Amino acid sequence: MTAIDDATANPLDGEHPTPRAIARARRRVSRRAFVRAFARNRSGMIGLGVLVAFALLALFAPLLFPAAMLDVTKAEGMPYQPPSWAFPLGTDVSGRSVLALVVWGARVSLLVGLAATVLSMTIGTTFGIVSGHYRGVLGGVLDRLTDWFLVIPFLPLAIVLATVLGASLLNIVIVIGVTSWPATARLIRAQTLSVEGRPYLERSKALGAGNLHQMARHVLPNVMPLVLANTTLAVSISILSETTLSFLGLGDPSSVSWGTILEGAFQSGAVSQGAWWYIGPPGLCVVLVVLAFNLMGRSIEEILDPRADNN
Amino acid sequence: MPTEPDSRASRGSWATPGVRYAVRRTGSAILTLAFVVLFNFFLFRMLPGDPVKLYTRGRNVDPEQVRKLSAALNKPIGEQFLEYLRNPFAANVDSVKYSQPVWSIIGERVWPTLLLVGLATLIATVVGVWLGIRSAWKRGQRFDRVSTNITLVLYSMPEFWLGMILLIVFSVGVFGLPGLFPTGGLSTPGIDTSSLRGWLDVAWHLFLPVTTLAIVYLAEYSLVMRASLIDEMGQDYLQTARAKGLMDKLVRRRHAVPNAMLPTMTLIFLNLGFVVGGAITIEYVFSLPGLGGLTVDALSGPDVPLLQALFLLFSAAVIVANLIADLLYARLDPRVRT
Repeated sequence: MTAIDDATANPLDGEHPTPRAIARARRRVSRRAFVRAFARNRSGMIGLGVLVAFALLALFAPLLFPAAMLDVTKAEGMPYQPPSWAFPLGTDVSGRSVLALVVWGARVSLLVGLAATVLSMTIGTTFGIVSGHYRGVLGGVLDRLTDWFLVIPFLPLAIVLATVLGASLLNIVIVIGVTSWPATARLIRAQTLSVEGRPYLERSKALGAGNLHQMARHVLPNVMPLVLANTTLAVSISILSETTLSFLGLGDPSSVSWGTILEGAFQSGAVSQGAWWYIGPPGLCVVLVVLAFNLMGRSIEEILDPRADNN
Repeated sequence: MPTEPDSRASRGSWATPGVRYAVRRTGSAILTLAFVVLFNFFLFRMLPGDPVKLYTRGRNVDPEQVRKLSAALNKPIGEQFLEYLRNPFAANVDSVKYSQPVWSIIGERVWPTLLLVGLATLIATVVGVWLGIRSAWKRGQRFDRVSTNITLVLYSMPEFWLGMILLIVFSVGVFGLPGLFPTGGLSTPGIDTSSLRGWLDVAWHLFLPVTTLAIVYLAEYSLVMRASLIDEMGQDYLQTARAKGLMDKLVRRRHAVPNAMLPTMTLIFLNLGFVVGGAITIEYVFSLPGLGGLTVDALSGPDVPLLQALFLLFSAAVIVANLIADLLYARLDPRVRT
């Protein structure tokens, strides 16, 4: 109980704290402790730094390179020029600057990666909590469904879905979102089961809390840290998936992402031309961003792991 | 499979817990397969509207292919469903693009994929497990730091990109490097693949694709093996083994590693679904005549009967692999047979 007393002492000086205020203050304290621990974690901070750099690049892409530079008809260079002062990363098959393409590609790749992750985490968390909370027929059915989707190989399913839905940015988000939720659902269900066994849930049930209240007010806040750690890892999978699907020609052909740049390069024979400056940079960006998310995810897991003290 | 008498066996039942576990797991695998068979049918027919127009929108499709596609998709849905149930793998249905029964196209293409996935998984397992063991045992030392950083980078890599980079460096040759390996295909055209020279030629062609796939997956296996062994290293029985005066090497090899191997082995089997995905892009990049390349081929068109059979085949393969993994695991670790 001392933790709560400490937490409420400062922010609510003299007032009579309501239960909700106590909970909020406690969460604020643990959030602050988490931020402090994360700031001390070297690889996590490196990951965060790389991400901020890419986010800024994506945000300011239109200021760095005017959108006209992506237009094939207004290309300034010759096809397949190796890196030079005018084109630091050379040119692509139609003479566009690869640097401009890669910077613009960050926008779509990051956006699709984040949006798909939000969708997949929402589906996975909902499925996980509901199937863990309702132990009867509903829970059993959802659990089975999760099991089934878990074994379907990801890329073949994504390919088929993308073919059926057609190529557009929104569809890519949907395809990645609905194919990558089962692992999250599995994880969240296990955590829900352990939360459901705790006494305060029994107490809240005894006080007449409905199912929705129990799930939203008691289970969800307790599985949130796990969701957070999983989200960072899931973004990296989403970005890799977007790259792969776009590379196979299932992305939005009218938008530039790192995957579609690689597709264009491969289709136009950049490999046999030995155009390493065309193929290298977009893939390297994918590696950096995915690595950054992985590093952050691992650090968050480390911080949240109750056994972490013995390191 | 585990039929040996179990000491904790039979609460007056007809079989040992091991057999009961195996039967239950097999049953649930069959159920999963049944679900996938149904799912596969509705997946291709879930959108409203004319399916043929839907699949050919924005594409330049040969009228002959449109005719075949509509022959397959414009029948009443009940009739299609019955036909599908009788013949889920589309054994003698003609493919849209190849004018050949789907099953015979797939039959020709199975071996390259099996060879690629099998070899890559084997190499990734051996090297990955070895790296993971060494890293964990030398935790925090230079070997561990270097190996963990490298594997983390490799783990973050799209495998087809690595494949293209290796192709440029080792097959096309940049910066004056000579091309050492072929740029694609499974063998030199016209060579007799049953002779020794043919085998060597196939090995030469497969070197880069297998290496690419193995590198990406060994990274993951090594990370998991490392984590699992570090978990195991905190256990009391290792302390006991050391207290008995066993050499460090023996403690590691006889006591810690076998236990830490279990989670890694399951992961390797569970991962087959992802390796299959990797095979799709790798075969595409290296123009290998396997099922993965066939899948990419079937995409443009799209060749619905072929795509449907391929999806079912990939899923079935993964379900069977998972079942084998579960049964093996139960065999190796009796605690799970409950």
